[in-house]
Parts: sequence; structure tokens; C-alpha cells
Amino acid sequence: MHIVVCVKQVPDSREIRIDPNTNTLVRQGVPAIVNYYDLHGLEEALRFKDEMGAEVTVVSMGPPSADKALKQCISMGADRAVLVSDRAFAGADTLATSYVVGMTVKKVAEEFGPVDVVFCGKQTLDGDTGQVGPGVACRLDYEQLTYVEKVVELSDKDKTITVHRHLEDGIEVVKTKLPVVVTVLTELNKPRRASLPGVINASRFKPVVWTTNDFADIDRAKIGLKGSPTIVSKTWVPEPRKIDTKMLEGDNVAVVASELIEQLWSTELPTRLGW
Amino acid sequence: MATERFDAIIVGGGPAGSAAAYMMAKAGLKVVLIERGEFPGAKNIFGGVLYRKQLEDIIPEFWKEAPLERRVVEQRLWLLGKDSVVTMGHRNEAFKEPTNSWTGLRVKFDQWFASKAEQAGSLNIYETVVTDLLREGDRVVGVRTDREEGDLYANVVVVADGVNSLLGKQLGVHREWQPDQVSLAVKEVIAMPKEKIMDRFNLEGDEGVTTEFIGQLGGMAGLGFMYTNQETISFGVGVMVSDLKRTKIRPYELIENVKQHPMIRKLLQGGEGKEYAAHLIPEGGFHAIPPLSGNGWVICGDAAQLVNFVHREGTNLAMTSGKYAAEAIIEAHAKGDFSKAGLYGYDRRVRESFIHKDLKKYQGLHGLLNEIDPNLFDRLPAALNDAAYQMLLIDGISKAEKQKAAIRGLREAAGGTANLIKLGIKGWRSING
Repeated sequence: MHIVVCVKQVPDSREIRIDPNTNTLVRQGVPAIVNYYDLHGLEEALRFKDEMGAEVTVVSMGPPSADKALKQCISMGADRAVLVSDRAFAGADTLATSYVVGMTVKKVAEEFGPVDVVFCGKQTLDGDTGQVGPGVACRLDYEQLTYVEKVVELSDKDKTITVHRHLEDGIEVVKTKLPVVVTVLTELNKPRRASLPGVINASRFKPVVWTTNDFADIDRAKIGLKGSPTIVSKTWVPEPRKIDTKMLEGDNVAVVASELIEQLWSTELPTRLGW
Repeated sequence: MATERFDAIIVGGGPAGSAAAYMMAKAGLKVVLIERGEFPGAKNIFGGVLYRKQLEDIIPEFWKEAPLERRVVEQRLWLLGKDSVVTMGHRNEAFKEPTNSWTGLRVKFDQWFASKAEQAGSLNIYETVVTDLLREGDRVVGVRTDREEGDLYANVVVVADGVNSLLGKQLGVHREWQPDQVSLAVKEVIAMPKEKIMDRFNLEGDEGVTTEFIGQLGGMAGLGFMYTNQETISFGVGVMVSDLKRTKIRPYELIENVKQHPMIRKLLQGGEGKEYAAHLIPEGGFHAIPPLSGNGWVICGDAAQLVNFVHREGTNLAMTSGKYAAEAIIEAHAKGDFSKAGLYGYDRRVRESFIHKDLKKYQGLHGLLNEIDPNLFDRLPAALNDAAYQMLLIDGISKAEKQKAAIRGLREAAGGTANLIKLGIKGWRSING
């Protein structure tokens, strides 16, 4: 079993401030961290390393300084880490990024053995689009499972995976064939703290670095700024969805409770639950 | 357990720890530095002045690469009255070349200093807390950290874990602090456009000015400071913890009150508070310095109480003690003797150095501070301000009468002639004794 985890180094959004004069993000001095959804993907991969001896490869696209993020993954227990870094990749939108990450996973499969599962965070803290994971699945022509909050079973024998997908109106249990791209939620697990030998090991670790020259058949029109057709015309915070809310009040608890049940019966809920 | 063995483990990534790690790594020793913060400097606060001499002995021409703020060309001392000030100071172009001191921000400086150690070959580990010393018999043989498989072994452990030294307590060289042995420094970093700072403080280029002030600290024994950085001002006060306890004034209230003083308000106005931090500073002085080494360990910097609290030279002394520790360990390494006797070179160096001499010189002062009424820190500067005001006011009263009144005012502030004389003698002795 070979698992690839895609990680991105992002500015710690908890420490980001908006410059009141220019209305832009103040990135200077903001610490860089591993996108925390990705850490949950790594933790799940490491769980399968512990349980069934899976091999874990971490990949990241970013500037040379992103090796700090990869070191953190190594300290937690990943077997190897690849940094895809080249000025030509800079300025990529989600389309160009998923193209390069897709190429990277392909190359990882060629160099280090066939890939069974690719874990991605459901989205990044800085972009918030949630498009790269599914984009990578398309490029690789793998199955894709998004918003996964639990991996019920990963079978090496049958080459299948069974997961819980967290949807807006419930949980979907899905089983599919490997290879697969799984994008994960934080409910999945609790990322481990690295052991001391892990930290010592990581501090001496140098990731494998691939540049554009390492990809023989890369289409240079599809990478970096050139390969990024996205135009951000405007950004806004979506309005929270309005839901009708009623407060039931009264001194007699029994009366309030029966009123509640009556109201619930009059909704579509009993039909949906098949009552 | 990590199976790997090191020549030395340094606990703490402040200036003492980084200096020790840098020197030892450079000498080819296999060292690991363990810091509990996310990065070096994350847990530190820095009065803000860095002197050339001591760091130069460790890293020659460090100013060409270290993140420094401004070259200090002027030092001011202010004695604050309620709405007034008596000022003293010295400004001199000679402080520029060679530069005597710089203002600095520890968050930046500590990261740089630790990275120098790392470049020299030190293995730096962050976000890791050392919880225990590992011992075999009467020897320290390593440390236990809060990570899984967290034991690590080495020939010697350098304890540089700061003022509240957990390991110092375990070694029995460090008692729990008494409120009258530590002061609390509360500091704010206030952002302000460069041009404003340069105009308000009369600076050009990378010149900087330090201001220290006494008085109007809510009846507490203490000192305030205001240092110009590139685009920020470090502002803060340091007072004895015992006084905070007695007056029940909260540290942030104290700093906010002082900021309202007309002399200070006008210099800081329009600035935006960026960081706020509080830190204990050991003030126990000469008499509180513990034994500095033992079998398999040495202790440096704040953890060893090595702070000259008269001149606010904590960072300085920390770096120098780290350097001395490293030199002694390099000697011990060559001899293969890490016992107390083998490491005694560290104690000896400190005792022969300016650290010891300076701390000894001021040894009486700490006692004096505890002995005199802390209200004097308000009353005497106030009386001095009053005297200055009266002397300069033209109101038809003769100078002789004014002089008499001024002396009377000071005498009353001190609580009588006897007290004033006693205070003078004691103060003189404590500094020159």
C-alpha cells in the first residue's frame, strides 16, 4: 500500500491582519504552517502505516522555504517527501496547481511504486476553494471522495476503500475501488505530535526537489501564471443561509414538548426519514 | 529514547543557550539545542539594548548581518514628577563609531542568533519542553522532554532555561523566587512611522536614543524605559513583584498610567500597540547567584541570576555566560572530564570576569532597595521636580529662600534629614562598596 499526502504551506490565518490603509492581507511576519486539513490527511496515512505498513510519501508544491512544512511531515513519520519547486510554477491558480500536483503524483508512482491513495485537505486556509483535490483526481483519472470524515476500511487485498462523506444533510457511506483521491475534514482524526527521534530525524532531512526539468512531458503552457486563467473579479463573504427559527415558550414543559413534536410532524422530516 | 548521544544538550534558545550552542558547534562538538517556544524569541522579552563588546567576542562583526534596530547615540534619564520632568542625559557622536550599543527586538534577534548556531552545526529542536534532568548517581547524564521517546543523553547539559528555571530548581541551585527577588517587566512594542520617530527623538539615519525614567510608578521601586527602534518604540516598566503585590496595581494598569504622563504621551501618541509582553527579571543580585556547575551540568544566563539590574544588562551577561560555559565544556571535552572539577573552568571564568565584578559592586543595592520605602521612588523625583520648578519660576522670592525651600522639600520627601543622609551614604556604598 502506497499513500501520497499532498500538503501546502500556508500563512497562519489565525495571525493574519488586514492593513487598514490598503485593505490587503499583511503577510509580512506571519508564520508559515502546514495547512491543517492536510495534517489530518497525513495523520490518516500514518495510521495506515502503523496498522498495515503502508508507505507514506508527502508532496508539496511551493517555494524552497516550504521544506519546513515537509520536515514537519517527516518528523511525524512520513517515509519520504518531495518538494516541487520552480519559479516557473509561481502564480498558479487551482487549475495549474492541480495539473502540476497530478504530474507529481504520477512521477511519484513511477519512481517509488504505484500509488493507492492520495490524501488532500478539503481546502487550504489561504485559498479556501477546495478545488485542487478534485482537480488532481481528474488529472490522474482516479476515483474521488470529498469531505471525508471517517475512513471505515482500507483493504489492501480487495483494493477498495470505504468512507463516510460529510454532506450538508447527512452522512454518505461510500465504497470505491483504488486508486482514489480522498479530501479530508478535521473530524477525521487528531494529528499526532512528533516523537523526539522523529524531530531529530527531520531536522537533518533534505527533501527531494523536482523542478520543471524533472518532468519530461510537462506542458509549459499549463503551469504557473501562464497556465492560470482564473481572474478574481471580486471577493465577498457569503450570506449565512437563513433558516426559519421559532422559539417555543411556556411554563409547562409538557405543553412545550408536545407543541414541538406537532411542529416537527408538520415538516418534511417524517417523510424523509421514511416514517 | 533517541539512541543518539550528544556531546552537549543546551536547554533554552535565548541568548545564553544560543551563544553556548554556537561556540561549541563551531569547535566541532555535537550539540543539540532544545527550545520550548515555536521559534527562538517566541517566549522572550528584551529591554531592547544590545551592547557591541560581548557579542563581538562571540561573532565578530555581527552588526553586518544581525537584525538590529538603531545605533544608540544618546541615553536619557528622566526623573518624573506628576506633570513634570527633570532630565539628564548624554549624547555623543563617538557612540557611533565604534558603535557602543544598538536597540533591538528580541523576537528577531533571537531567531537570528539561534540560526547562527544552527549554521555552525547545532541541531535545534523547537516546541519541545525539557521536563526533567536524567541522572546516574550524582551525575546529570541527559534530559527528558515532553515528546514521545523523549529521553536524550549527553556528556553535559547546559541549563539556560531562563528566569523561572525549572531545571535549576531540580538541581537545587534555584529556590522558588520570592516576590522581592524578581521584578516584572511589562513591555509594549508601539508601531510608528519612521519619520515620526526620527522627528520626535531628534534622530538621523540609524541613530537611536534610549530613555529611562524613575518616578510616577504608583509608589513602586522600579524603572521605566523607552527605546527607539526602526519603526517601533519599545516601551515598558519594570517593578518589583513584591510592590505589585503590595499596591494591588495590575501591570497593564501601571503601563497605561505611565503612558498618560505628558512627557511620554506626546512622544507616543498616534502609535499603534503591536505586541504586549511581560517577563520576570531576576533582581536578587550577587547574593542570589547559585553554584554555576556540577557533575555533568552548567547553568547560564537568567537561570543563574546573572543580571546586572542596575544597568539592565541581562542579555549581555547571558551571552557572555553562555560563551564561558562553552569554553569550559570544550576544555572538559578535550580532557574527557565532565565532573564538577572538569567543568570548573566555567565558574572560574565567570568569577574572573566583569560579570562577577559588576554584580559584586552592586551587591548592597538590592538589599537597599528592599530596605527603603518604595514610595521614595515617587517622592524624591517629585520633590526634585518641585525644587526645579520653584528655582526657575520668577515670582519675586529670593533665590536663597527658594534654595532653602528646595532642600526642605527633599528632606521631607526622604522622611527627615537623618534619612536623607542615610539614604545618600547607603546608596553610595551599595554602588561603590
